[in-house]
Amino acid sequence: MDGEKPRVILNEFKITKNLPSSFTDAFDMKKFKKLFKVVIVRREAENYEIEFDLIGIHPALANTFRRLMLSDVPSMAIEKVHMHNNTSIIQDEVLAHRLGLIPLKADPRLFNFKVPGKKEGTEHDTLEFELKIKSSYNKEANKKDSSRAEDIYKNNKVFSKHIKWIPIGNQKEAFKDKDVGPIHDDILIAKMRPGHELDLKLIAIKGVGKDHAKFSPVCTAFYRLHPHIKLLREVEGEAAYRLQKCFSAGVIDVKEEPNGRKVAVLRSARYDTGSRNVFRYDDLKDAVIMSRIQDHFIFTVESVGALQPDEIFIEAVTILKNKCRSMLDELSTL
Amino acid sequence: MPIAQLAGSGSDDSAKSKTFVFNDEGHTLGNALRCIISSYPEVQFCGYTVPHPAENKMHFRIQMYNGRAVDALRKGLEDLEEVCTITLDRFQAELENFTGS
Repeated sequence: MDGEKPRVILNEFKITKNLPSSFTDAFDMKKFKKLFKVVIVRREAENYEIEFDLIGIHPALANTFRRLMLSDVPSMAIEKVHMHNNTSIIQDEVLAHRLGLIPLKADPRLFNFKVPGKKEGTEHDTLEFELKIKSSYNKEANKKDSSRAEDIYKNNKVFSKHIKWIPIGNQKEAFKDKDVGPIHDDILIAKMRPGHELDLKLIAIKGVGKDHAKFSPVCTAFYRLHPHIKLLREVEGEAAYRLQKCFSAGVIDVKEEPNGRKVAVLRSARYDTGSRNVFRYDDLKDAVIMSRIQDHFIFTVESVGALQPDEIFIEAVTILKNKCRSMLDELSTL
Repeated sequence: MPIAQLAGSGSDDSAKSKTFVFNDEGHTLGNALRCIISSYPEVQFCGYTVPHPAENKMHFRIQMYNGRAVDALRKGLEDLEEVCTITLDRFQAELENFTGS
């Protein structure tokens, strides 16, 4: 079956194709409907990670979905910092930048984009936080005669857990305390010494990744083509182990036959990195054909944590769909 | 207004060749739309460009053998919308299937 699929073959010195490219054919909705398939392979909700396959899709469309996830799906991030007091050694602008990069837990779908030019935010487009912290000597612990900063000082490190959410308007009813705030408690923001003080008001708004990377909802969103490996002849004995080592772990198995012969067999090419180590061995390079299936995209999406990665993909496709719709509406008035 | 017509691309609405200017769009929409429209048999040429990275504009050119360029653009947008709908449906069905099992 895989023989019929368009593949790029990775030869020793060149790249060839098994079929003339099918991507130049006219786009046919019926054919797309018939051939297009989505397969979810791995979904780790607790790690905010998903791996899924889009099969039978044009690379331009696959790339569009990737680009949308990176730079068009919105999320919330700190955009403005009011410095009431900052006597720490970290400069105002550096501190503000660090705060902006802290991932926030808040469903961006429940907020509106702030209207540009409007000064005051409302409960529908803004989240407000407060960071008030002061460092001092730790009197009782110092009796232990320790020289560790943690023992001598109080609040010598400012972490993201010190950021406090201040609900505005009806936000207290609309959101629970655990739904809003930094995703990670242990992000180091600044280090302080006795007498240093921070008194900040943080204002978070909804934005998109093309404006600033801090608004991007994904850590990574990438795709790769599904690798395909074919063993052309039997490889046995020491050569079988050598062949196994040429590929990523789990790609080639060495199976022992009843008569004691050890033979290399293909288990799964999916997680092969496409390393070209086989071509180092003259006796092995004619035993395999390495290739990639041209319309089989393996997407890996890792979320920052505000949304589940499957929700991010759904959002991305919905954004493109709505874009088309609004363009069509405008075209009819043109 | 996101879509405008480039000046000098012919004021006649039935013109075969047109350049559309999309404001606030870039390679994301441009390449997806190009890949669908350029495959239509009645389209002679279809291409897009972002003339300057500092300007949020995308120029989209369609040249037809016959028929109107606007119609090809409309058909392209409709097809792209349907692709999205199909992708969403299949993904959501697969997600239900995956989390259910």
